[in-house]
Order: sequence, then structure tokens, then C-alpha cells
Amino acid sequence: MLREYLLRIGHAVTILIILTIILFPMYWMLAGSFKTADQLFKIPPVWLWHPTASGYLDAIASSGIVRALLNSVLVTACAIALGLAVGAPAAYGISRYQFRGRKQVWFWYVTNWMLVPVVVLLPFYLTASKLHLINNPIVLILVFQVFVVPLIVWLLVDQFSSVPIALEEAALLDGLSRFGIFWRIALPLVKPGIAVSAILAGIFAWNNLLYAFVLTPGNASRTAPTIAMAYLGGYSVPWTKVMASSVMISAPVIVGGIIVHKYIARGLTLGAVK
Amino acid sequence: MATNTSTAGTNPGDGGKPPVKDPPAPLSERLQPWFFVGPSLILLLCVGLYPVLYTAYFSVHSWTMGFGAPTFNGIDNFVAALTSSDFGWSVLRTLILLVITLPIELALGMAIALALDSQHNRVLKRLLQICLVIPIAITPAVIGLLAQLMFNTQFGIINYLLGGIGIGPVDWLGGSVSAFATVVITQIWEWTPFVALVLSASLSTVPTDIEEAVMLETARWWPRFKGVVLPYMWPGITAALVFQTAFTIKAFGMIYSIEKGGPGTSTMFAMLHIERVAFRGFNIGLASAESILMLIMSIVLAQIYIKAFYSDME
Repeated sequence: MLREYLLRIGHAVTILIILTIILFPMYWMLAGSFKTADQLFKIPPVWLWHPTASGYLDAIASSGIVRALLNSVLVTACAIALGLAVGAPAAYGISRYQFRGRKQVWFWYVTNWMLVPVVVLLPFYLTASKLHLINNPIVLILVFQVFVVPLIVWLLVDQFSSVPIALEEAALLDGLSRFGIFWRIALPLVKPGIAVSAILAGIFAWNNLLYAFVLTPGNASRTAPTIAMAYLGGYSVPWTKVMASSVMISAPVIVGGIIVHKYIARGLTLGAVK
Repeated sequence: MATNTSTAGTNPGDGGKPPVKDPPAPLSERLQPWFFVGPSLILLLCVGLYPVLYTAYFSVHSWTMGFGAPTFNGIDNFVAALTSSDFGWSVLRTLILLVITLPIELALGMAIALALDSQHNRVLKRLLQICLVIPIAITPAVIGLLAQLMFNTQFGIINYLLGGIGIGPVDWLGGSVSAFATVVITQIWEWTPFVALVLSASLSTVPTDIEEAVMLETARWWPRFKGVVLPYMWPGITAALVFQTAFTIKAFGMIYSIEKGGPGTSTMFAMLHIERVAFRGFNIGLASAESILMLIMSIVLAQIYIKAFYSDME
């Protein structure tokens, strides 16, 4: 009995330690965003203080963070929309048909997911500069498809496979075309899956730094992670602004991640773990 | 499940039965799947394959952007890349990062997965499951900024806490070894939860009845784990390793925002190095050859991955 009790305590302590390691940096970022610069660099640290929103106000007023966040929203939303437009039918095709080349098609998606980004980046940069499309969000939306499409296809194949086929066969008898079945019957049934895949793909599109850094570096077109880098340029880093911006940049993806937390491990491995 | 039967063959009577061997389907039937899959393939050929071929083209040409036209130079770029100490070191640094972080992430991840598998403290476990997603989902560039603040030598909270247990101030971001260590620690913080979640998913595939049967035979934990649990976990462990390797090679945001490759070149990993050659030096030929070499590394990985996990997909 005592042994059982001690095991339980030990287990709780272990989990609390892990939670502290994960959450403390998050707390430190959030706390820092509500401190003044003096409080932020106080040693020993201040644990109780009058929170100030000046970091946020400074960031919003002077650094273009709002513009960058809006750019990120636009690029992420369009990347998801394009990814879903081509990815949802593809997932349906893969889950409903046995066809020659099916395995190779799947292999191609996985290859794109694993692709080293610099290989794709150079040609994109050269082509975009030739066509004067540097700083155009469309380039970013296109290049993001390299990882957005595989993620969406994988997740939706999984979802479509769980839709009973009998339902679709009945519709086929009623004279609905294959595309009609996909659009009117299968797709509405996997709405939750669509939401999950959109969030999962959105997290990666939002977080991307390397592509955005090279393809949309301009003041008006840069995305949220890129602007975070811009603060580091000067001689003294405005840390309260940086922390306030960090909170604004990472809040959407943290919330999104928590919503889809059940799918993260399987999503990132494209279903290699059950 | 094959439903590639023609409309005419699906009579109300044979609803549940598998279709009898069909005559060869008409062309329109056979093209149907491509109608669904086609658009995504075309898009990925444009944004995935075409750029790779374009990079391959530049990898055998000598060209500095802004100066003249590309001229064919055979394998010179590859020779230059493979004999360049900058590229060699950046690859070596990437490999060292892998060799240090992978075992630690795997060990910690396994410990977390086992903690999540235990019967105790359901609420705490649930909370941990949710919180594990935070380091994976948070913007890597933000992790780097936060690391800069927390690892600051004079004002950083980490040196303050270490001072509390008598460890003198460490110049985390200033020295070459310590900057590398900072990247290692941050990388482990960022990615151990991913490994833990993969291993935890894999742990849940161990059939409980078998585990319980063995529990009756031996009460000791290690033989039970080694004999029963581990065999079921090899696919999960392999998946964690392969993907974590790929993510580490591809990593850019966090590492770049901590130190931009410095001090000196101590955190100049392969991706940062190639970015620098291409977009600061504008040596497109060399950067292309280096990219292709990294691509070959990743294809080898993808091959291992497909062989290991998708061989059973019909």
C-alpha cells in the first residue's frame, strides 16, 4: 500500500517537473511581455509587479507587427485553401480507388514532406526575382504547398477511409457522379478532419522562417516570424517589444496546436505511428 | 477497399459481396482516380520537382548571381563543396548535433511516454499530453528569441537559477562551445515532446493482455519491458529517429534566431551555411551543389522510411 502510494507521488512529481520545464519558458515570455525593461533584466528576478502593456503598445505603434501578422494570416489562409482544394480530392482518390501508381503517388507526397527546403528555395528565389515576384505573397503560398499538401492528404486519406463505403454505393445507384459523391456525401462527412488538417498545415505555414525570410523580406510583405528577426538588427534589442511580439506571433499556433494535439505525432510522421 | 467497379456491375443484389472479376474497365473509369489525384500532383510537380531539377541544373554550372550567364562546369561545384572546409564543417556540425540530441531526446521521450502510460494521476497526465504540443507548435524563431533572453549571461534567468545551486555564470551565447550547447539544449526542449508523443502512440499499440500475462510471470520491470514492450515499440522508435533526423537537418528558424550561426561559425549548421552561400555570396552554382548533396542525404532517409513503414501499404 505504501509502495503504491510512493509510486503515485513519484509519478506526480516527475510529471510536474516535465510540465515546469515546458511551461516555464512560456510563463517567462508572457511575464516578460508585461514588464518594463528594468523589470525584465532585474536580478534577482521580480516575481510580483504591476503589469504594464507598454511592450504591446510600443510594438503595435512602431514596428509593423500588425502588418506582419496580417500578412501571415493572409499567406497561411491562402496556403491552407489551396492545399485543401487540391489535397482533399487527392485524399479521396487515394482512399477510394485501387489504381496502378497509387503507391508511387503516396511516395511522392512523402518525398515532398521530407524535402530539404534549400533545394526548393533557390529556384523559387531565382524565378521570383526574374518575374519581379519577390515580396509577392503568392510565391510564398505556392512554395508552402511542398509541406501543406502532404500533411492535408495524409490526414484526409485517414478520414475518408473511415467513411462507410455503403453510403457512397447507394448514392452511386441514385445516379450521382463520382465527383458528386465526393462533393456532396464524402466531403461533408469529414468536416472535422478538414478542420484538423487545416490547423495542422496552418501551424507549419505560419511558423516558416526560411522561405519567408528569402522570398518576402520587404517591410510591407514580411510575415510574423521574419519581423521577429528584424528586432535583432540594431545595437540594443528592445526586449519588452520583442517579448510582446513573440506572444502575439506564437499565441495562434499554440492555441491551434492544443486543438489538434491528438494528431500532432501522427501528422508529423504522416501516419507512420498508429 | 476497391470500389472501382462500373456502375452497371453494381446490382442491388450484390451489395455486400466483393465484385466478381470485372472485365477491363473502360478508359474513363481507369482515368477517374487521376481526375482526383491529378491537380495535387501537377501542383507538387511545379513547386516540388521543377525546383529540384532547376537546382540540379545550376549545380553543374558556374554562376554568381548578377555576373554574366551560367556556364557549364561539370562536377566542379561538387568537388568544391566536398573539399570546402566551410561546407564540410557545417555538415559535420549538423551530424554532431544529431549524435548528441537524438539519444537524449529518445531517452527523455521514452521516460515521458512511460509516465503517460502509467495508471496514476489521470488529470496530470492529460495536462501533460496537451502541454507537450506547445514546444512543437510554437514558432521556432520565437523559441530562439526567448532562448537569447533566458540564456543571457548577466541578466538571464538560467544563469540566475544555476547561481542558486552554485554554478558560476556561464557565457552561454558568447563562447563557441557554450553557444553550441545552447542550441543543443534548446533543440532538446523543442523536439523531445515530439519524440515522446510518437513513442507514447507506439506504446499504446502494445497489447495489454500480453503485458498482463507476463506480469504474472515476472514482477520485475526491466525483463518485462525488454521482452514484451520493446519489440512492439521498434517501429515507433525507428519512426521517431528517422523523422527527428530529418527535422534536425531541416531546422533553421530556432538556430538562426539564437545566434545567426555565430559566434564565429560555431552554430553554422548546413542549412544556415547554404543560405549564406546562396543569398549573401550569391554563388548559385556552389549553393546548388551543396543543396543537392543535402537532398541526397534526405532521399536516403526517405528511402529508409518508406522501406521501414510503407512496405505493407498495398
